[in-house]
Order: sequence, then structure tokens, then C-alpha cells
Amino acid sequence: MDFLFSPEEEAFREEVADFLEKEGPKEWHKKKVSFFDMSGQENWIAVHRDMSQKLGARGWLSLHWPKEYGGQELSPFYRLILREELAKHHCPGYHSLSVDFVAPAILLKGSEELKKRHLPGIASGKVMWCEGLSEPGHGSDMAALETYAKEDGDSYVVNGQKIWTTYAHFADWMFLLARTDRQAQPNYRGLTFFLVDMKTPGITVNPIINMAGHHDFNEVFFDDVRIPKENIVDSVNRGWYVTMAVLDSERTSDLGYAIASTLLDDIVAGAREMGMLDSGDKVRMAELIAECEVARLTHYHVTYMQAQGKDTSYEAAMCKLLGFESIQHVAEFGLKVFRNYGLLSDTSPMAPLYGRISSCYLRSFGHSMEAGTSEIDRDIIAQRGLGLPRLR
Amino acid sequence: MDFALNEQQEMMQTLARDFLSDEYNDKMLKTTVEDETGNMPELWQKLAEVNLTGLAIPEEYGGVGDFLDLIVVLEEMGRACFISPYFTGVVLGASVIIETGSEEQKQKYLPAIAEGKSIVTLALTEETGNYTPDAVSLKAELKGSNYVLNGRKLFVPDALSADYIICATRTKEGITLFIIDINIDGFSITPLKTVSGDKQCEVCLNDIEVGPDSLLGEAGTGWTYLEKVLQKANVARCAEMVGLSQQALNISLDYARERMAFGHPIGAFQSIQHRCADMLMDVDGSRFLTYQAAWRINECLSAAREAAIAKAWVSQASKRVMNSAHQIHGAIGFTQDHILHYYTKKARFNEFSFGDAAFHLEKIGTQ
Repeated sequence: MDFLFSPEEEAFREEVADFLEKEGPKEWHKKKVSFFDMSGQENWIAVHRDMSQKLGARGWLSLHWPKEYGGQELSPFYRLILREELAKHHCPGYHSLSVDFVAPAILLKGSEELKKRHLPGIASGKVMWCEGLSEPGHGSDMAALETYAKEDGDSYVVNGQKIWTTYAHFADWMFLLARTDRQAQPNYRGLTFFLVDMKTPGITVNPIINMAGHHDFNEVFFDDVRIPKENIVDSVNRGWYVTMAVLDSERTSDLGYAIASTLLDDIVAGAREMGMLDSGDKVRMAELIAECEVARLTHYHVTYMQAQGKDTSYEAAMCKLLGFESIQHVAEFGLKVFRNYGLLSDTSPMAPLYGRISSCYLRSFGHSMEAGTSEIDRDIIAQRGLGLPRLR
Repeated sequence: MDFALNEQQEMMQTLARDFLSDEYNDKMLKTTVEDETGNMPELWQKLAEVNLTGLAIPEEYGGVGDFLDLIVVLEEMGRACFISPYFTGVVLGASVIIETGSEEQKQKYLPAIAEGKSIVTLALTEETGNYTPDAVSLKAELKGSNYVLNGRKLFVPDALSADYIICATRTKEGITLFIIDINIDGFSITPLKTVSGDKQCEVCLNDIEVGPDSLLGEAGTGWTYLEKVLQKANVARCAEMVGLSQQALNISLDYARERMAFGHPIGAFQSIQHRCADMLMDVDGSRFLTYQAAWRINECLSAAREAAIAKAWVSQASKRVMNSAHQIHGAIGFTQDHILHYYTKKARFNEFSFGDAAFHLEKIGTQ
């Protein structure tokens, strides 16, 4: 048993912290921008891209990849440390969809050619990806998706619609899960995982503005979009397995607890400055500190399992659920502490923390839905973790 | 970072689990809960034979293993809802002596504890029931080179089974600890019947005169030591709660798989599944917090924050787990025929022992 990081890991943390202090966006640090709140910032895409390339140049977006693809074969704890420091320093730049979803899919299941073609762009932070999974009629029941890819010579032609496609409005590439066999039984055996250049003719991206007023989501229409066959990861009708193989990587990518802890620190510091922290708030603060600690250790445990090469399943669901719900609870606390001030929008000069309180609170409604709803997470924990029977 | 038990810890886990499943069944649980002292001399002797009474006592005083080994064993004791003076003697009494005792005192008391021949309890709380220095008011007055003690202690654990009592007193220097043979004249012990089966007593001290050799540590320094002991005791209580919660989850899962309603096992219904998922998150989370704090204590690292977080969270989590366990069991879990109520009662006892969630949340808030 050991609850400390190794001296090498601590040294890496210091290196990251030094770097972020110098190279992180100063304005964001001053405004205490929270990771999930970054799209509320002006010019944020440019800042995010710029920071992503800075991280890429340090080799920090491919820390645990095999050396032959430019990685350093470090334990997943290095990635976790990097992300803890990014959260602490209010820094963007870590594009989880590229680094922790598509990259592992390509590494695990992609052809040699796909690896050579796509991994360098992800590692450098220059190429950003979005994920084409959810559809209007199929949210949690992803296996029922209908966007259809029809074989046509050396390519597939895609027609259909995706929704809730985060960052599709600026992503360079998309990984798309589409139906290639409408007769497949069970239905998940008829899906294929494609890599799609977002510049391909026939793709239309429309914005969806979330309740915080930010543009993260989009709906994406496919109208006779032609994808060469070599862009298939694994093989035709194996897309479900590719997706499942990397879902845990996605669930454990964003450190909910670290984002929550930083936000909690910022709220408390801001509230102390304004003299707004009463004794009831302090008790709730202590509860939230404990909650973040549980989420943190749960995340460390999953990362430990990943470092040991063990399969994770329900543990990743647990980690995502606890981490993301802790952000919701902290955001709600922010509103409670600042009361009327907390509801002021970020354009109001009187808004505490430059309007972060209202905007983090409003953004937090999505946390129990994105990357799998909390209900799906609980299903996974009960069925895979505890072996309870599935109702048919 | 390493979440695995080492070989020694795994061995202790197996030893304790096997021992309790062989020697402590539901019938004995019922007997120990109802018994006035809760001490089964035969069982105690067997505990000593497998060295469990010497856990975390230094080897030079006849002990074995370290604090983490003890934590692993306490988790198993929680699983079995083990009611006995074990916690009092091996966690509380031994810890105070390890922290405060002179070489001579350690030689005198520790090997006897390790061999299972002696139980030392700690009399700390008084009328307020609080675990703070200002709650200690029992007077110890100097008379020549001796001290004379007068007053009343409440919620003293296992005083009827104990051979010695460590008494926190107030002297002109501050809080001062004494270790006293509990069988001398001047003690009057009244058991306080609890619902959980834990043996709490009222202990009155009437003109008890003790020599300077009874003093543990220097006069006035008692609280410094007690703080350390309470930190350990809290984490140890958490370990028991982890075991209690784990077992409550296990029996709930068994029940949810067997109990049929509307043609399905109730465990197939999402309402039950989500409860169980929440229980597992509470159990695992409690375990992580407990082992983090225990590991830090074992490594002699600062652990005040981690211990307070553990006690605050684990107390609340165990309450949630027990409530869900009852709901899943339905009416049968609400009866005395079923085992569950013992777990619920013991968990609530542990929650209040050495400060409840609110007490520890306040600590976290001021740190």
C-alpha cells in the first residue's frame, strides 16, 4: 500500500506546474476559468488550440503511448498529474476527445497506416477531434443508432444525423460510429467505427447553445458523405467493440474531482474576501472536501488498475459518476454561498469570480449526462460490478 | 501509488476472516450483545493464541504487526459485527500505553495485553459525552507525592471486563493521565445498557489514591497524547464501519438476487440496482479514505486531515448503506429475527464513538 506519488512523479508535477505558470493563459488564471466553462471565454478556441500545441510540443499528450509512436511509455499517473495541474492552473489545451478517446482506439484497434497518419497530429496537439456517437432518437441506447454508411466501391457513403457533438464546429476530424448492417442481431453487431475528415463535402454543422449560453454542442448532418474504406478502425461491423474498448478511457479522462476541488478553493477564497462564508457554509464546505477526496481516491484507484494493466469496467463508471457529480455539488454550493450575487451573469461587473459562479452552475447540469448518464453509470456498477441480473 | 494489500496484510485478513467464521456465529453475536460484559473468556484466549491480541504492539513487548495489519483485522471484525472488548483493549488501552508509557510501564502492561491476560480501558468522556479537552473535569489532587482522584466518567467502554483503567483527569497542570488497577477500592462501576450491544459503563471514582508510578506521561501533557490516540481510534472505528457496510451490502445483494416480485428477482429492478450501486460507491469510498488515513498514520506522516475526512465521510456513508440495506430487505430487515439490525446499531455506535460526522466536519472546516 502506498498513497504517495513517486519522487519521479512529483518531479514531473513540479515541471508541469512551472510550465503552466509561465505558459498558461494569464487572463484565464486571473478569472479562474474552470475546464468545463472554457467555452464561455472570448476567443477560447484559439487559446485552447494554442495551449494544446504547447502541451503537445512538450510531449505531454502522448505520455503513456508506446515509444514507437512517439510516446514515453509512462504510467497513466503522469497523465493524471498533468490534468490535476491543468485544473489547478485554470488551463485549457487538453483535448480529451483526441487524446483519450480516438488515440487509444487507433492504438488498440487501428491499422498501422492509421496509426502513422493520425497519431502524430494528436500528439502534437494540432489536430483536434470530435465524437460522432449520440443521435436524436438514441442517447443512452447507443447501439440503436441509425446513421447509415452504405458500401460503394472503395468507400462508404454516409447519410444521417448526429447530435450533442461537442466541439464539432472547430474539430478537424471526427470519429463516427455508423450503422453498416441494418439486419444485424443484436443491433450493436452492425456498427462500424470511421475516421472522418470534417472538411469532407456533405457535412453540415449547426450550433446548439447550452443553458449556460455556451456553444459546445452541435448537430451534425451527413448528406452523402464519402469515407474511404481505409478510414475504418478495426473492421466493418466491429465498431461497437472499438467504442467499448475505449469508453473507460473516456470515462476516466476528465478529472471531475480536480475540477471540483479547484472550483471549491476558488469559491471559498472569493467568499472569504467578500465575507460571505457563514458557519453553515463551512460545514457544507467540509462535506464537499470529503466528497472530492472520495472521488480523488476512486480515480487514483482506477488509474492504479490501469497502470497494473488490469481491465476496468464498473470502476471507471464509478469514477466518472463521483467526479462529475462532485462538480455539480460544488457548483451548487457556489450559488448558495454567493446567493443573489451568484446569479449575476459574467457580463455584470458585480458578479463574483468574474461570473464563474452562475456559469459553472448552469454548465453543471450537463455533468450527469455527458460521457454516459449517471443512470447508465449506476446500471454498469450494479450489473457489471455487483453482478445483479438485467431485466429483459 | 499502490492500493494492494501486501502479503502480511493478506495473511492477517485471511486469519481474521477464518477465525471469525469458525469462532463467531450469529448465535454468539446475539449472546454477546445480550451479555452484560460481552467478554467470552474462551474466545478471548483463542484470539490470544493466534496473536490477534498483540496486533500493533511493538515486538519487544510481545506484539506483532503494525497499525495497518490491525486495520485489516478490524475491517474483518466489522464484517462479522464482532462484539467484544477487543477494540477497547488492543486499540485504545494499548495505544495510550505505547504513546505515553515509560519503559517500565510498557514492560508491565503491554506484554500482558499482547498475551491476552489483561484488558486496559480508557475513561475519557464525562457528562457532556464530548471528546474535547474541555470536557475533562474529573479532579486529581496532589497529596504528598500521591494523587487523589474523585469524580465520574461516562461511556467508559468495557469497564466490567477491564483489569486496568486509564483515567483522563484535570490537575493544576492541565489534563493528566493515570493508569489504575480497576479492582481497588473506590471504583463503582454501573453498566449502561446500550442498543448496539457495546458495553458502556458509568465509572465513579471515590477518593482513589494513586502513587506517581500510576502517572502516564508528565502531568498536564495528557491531551497531546490523547489527540494521537483518538486519531488512531477514529480511523480504527472507520475500518470497522467499512466491514459493517460491506457485509450489509453483501447480504442485501444476496437477498436482492433471491427475493422475487412480479416474476423477477428484485435485484433486476433499476430502483434496487441503483441503490446497490450507491452502496458500493459508499463502501469502496469509505475503504479508500480509511486506508489512506491508516497508511499515513502507519508511515508516521501527518494524518489529522485525512483521519477527520475519513471519520466524517465513513460515518455518513455507513448510515446511508444501512438505510438502503433495510429498504432492500423490506419488513424482514426490520425484525429482531434478522441479523441486519445488529449491523445498523453497531454502525451508529461507531459513528458517535470519538466524535460524529459533524464534529469531524468542523475540524476539516477549521484546518
